[in-house]
Amino acid sequence: MLISVKAGRFQKYITFFRMRFIGGLQYRAAALAGVVTQFAWGSLELLVYRALYEMSPEAFPMSIKELSAYIWLRQALLTLFMPWYYDNDIFASIRDGSIAYELSRPVNIYYMWFTRAMAGRLSRMILRCLPIVVVAVFVPEPYGLRLPKDVFCALCFLVTAFVGLVVVVAFSMLIYISAFYTVSTDGLRYLFSPVIEFMAGSLIPIPFMPEGVKRIVEILPFASMQDIPLRVYSGNMAGRELLIKAGLQLFWAVALIIIGRLWVHFAIKRVVVQGG
Amino acid sequence: MIKVEHICKTYKVSRRNAGFSEAFKAFFHRQYEYIHALDDISFTIDDGEMVGYIGPNGAGKSSTIKIMSGILTPDKGSCIIDGRIPWKDRKAHVSQIGVVFGQRSQLWWDVPVIDSFELLKDIYRIPDQQYKKNLDELASLLDLGQIMRTPARQLSLGQRMRCEIAASLLHSPRILFLDEPTIGLDAVSKIAVRDFILELNKKHGTTVILTTHDMQDIETLTRRIILIGRGRILLDGSLEDIKKQASGNKRLTVEYRGEDIALCDGMTVHSSSKNIITFDIDVNRLPVSDAVSFISNQVEIKDISVEGVSIDELVAQLYKKYRI
Repeated sequence: MLISVKAGRFQKYITFFRMRFIGGLQYRAAALAGVVTQFAWGSLELLVYRALYEMSPEAFPMSIKELSAYIWLRQALLTLFMPWYYDNDIFASIRDGSIAYELSRPVNIYYMWFTRAMAGRLSRMILRCLPIVVVAVFVPEPYGLRLPKDVFCALCFLVTAFVGLVVVVAFSMLIYISAFYTVSTDGLRYLFSPVIEFMAGSLIPIPFMPEGVKRIVEILPFASMQDIPLRVYSGNMAGRELLIKAGLQLFWAVALIIIGRLWVHFAIKRVVVQGG
Repeated sequence: MIKVEHICKTYKVSRRNAGFSEAFKAFFHRQYEYIHALDDISFTIDDGEMVGYIGPNGAGKSSTIKIMSGILTPDKGSCIIDGRIPWKDRKAHVSQIGVVFGQRSQLWWDVPVIDSFELLKDIYRIPDQQYKKNLDELASLLDLGQIMRTPARQLSLGQRMRCEIAASLLHSPRILFLDEPTIGLDAVSKIAVRDFILELNKKHGTTVILTTHDMQDIETLTRRIILIGRGRILLDGSLEDIKKQASGNKRLTVEYRGEDIALCDGMTVHSSSKNIITFDIDVNRLPVSDAVSFISNQVEIKDISVEGVSIDELVAQLYKKYRI
């Protein structure tokens, strides 16, 4: 009985998720273009790193095999983790005031947006992931994408990828909430996107950063997004280091959600619904 | 039961004049003005009442609706609806109310309307049986049959509005807030919407609070009217009270043959063209029958009609009287 009541309470969020997810699957042309771009980008990146590797292999913090897996998987999962992807419907609802309807319903705005943002990312990823993975698997050694070392490694990857997704979405929620205050968040997004990109390891993987920078970046929430699951998959992170990093990741997920929940609570109190 | 007491709400609005130099100045120093959207609003609405909430644009109608539906927090005052404070107990409160904002849409844009209804079923956790019963009833009363299976973006405004109203009633709310539900609708759709609201109130005893600029809405739907202007309640009473407040004029249109008509006391020309003239008759000073005989003594009347001043004009007179 208790379980069915609980399921009832969450049912609406599952439905939000489902509707956004199905909605996202419609954009096939965008996905096709994305796959081509990401495949080209991944190849280019690999060529650059290969050149660097041949110059001084001993200075490389990852093996070329690990790096290849890291790069291909990052391209395949780009839309899942990219820090600069936002659900424009959410911004639009604040700008044009249709949030009035959302506030006049018995839903928690934070969790509703959270599930929608998560579903949007997942549906975009599903469309792009498979073609890239299939092709990358057939790229010859050591430049291809190999399967994870063992089942345990795969399991660790899945768990850290999920928590990583939660961290990305929980962080993007802060940007959504800030729209209550600034109306347009474009400025904020343009200002911070490159910084966040860099700190999440999207430009250069975090292991390649200089020691001092790396030490700071590694404790920030951005490192808990894609860097950890990608390194786990490629075999670059395991054992004690993995345990510590996963703990940190979990901490950031919880902390960001708590901050977002509190902030939304206060933001709604002072919200002025635009127009009419 | 809705009890609103001494509600105040102030908005901060930034203002500047047109032009580049003004824009440049505003970059460094913003000028703000405080707009008192609501200034000491109080009223009580009983269960099952239908109340028309009227006033010119910017009078504070929507702000009041937003406060009562838990979206907006007032600066001062209290509002208790069925024992709850809307903005404090938002989730519990909103599950008992339905809201229609005539200028916005709550339907998912690119999926069939029925999908939006299903989503609302989950949001309000409506039991299967109740959902089916309500949906059947709404679909037949609002004639939604085929419309429900069409994506919201492909509906006409009238069709969409019928769906919007159905969407806010699926969970059998005790109170329905309608913010300009007939805006932009054609005559047929307006009548359909009005009939439906009447039926709803009669059958389920739903309390209805309606804002509108369409005086026909008010005339057919509500017995009680609250007139608001510049954030204050100016009048709270029946349509008859409003008619008494305004002048008791009748309008007389005469088509005639002959010379110009001389006027007598209590008679003013509203408009005139060739051989057709319209008078406003102040019935307190000049009974209509006297006016007619006064005119027929002067000219040959071909056609004549008498009507009350339209409710639109009544309201316009009131706005003028209260300088809003």
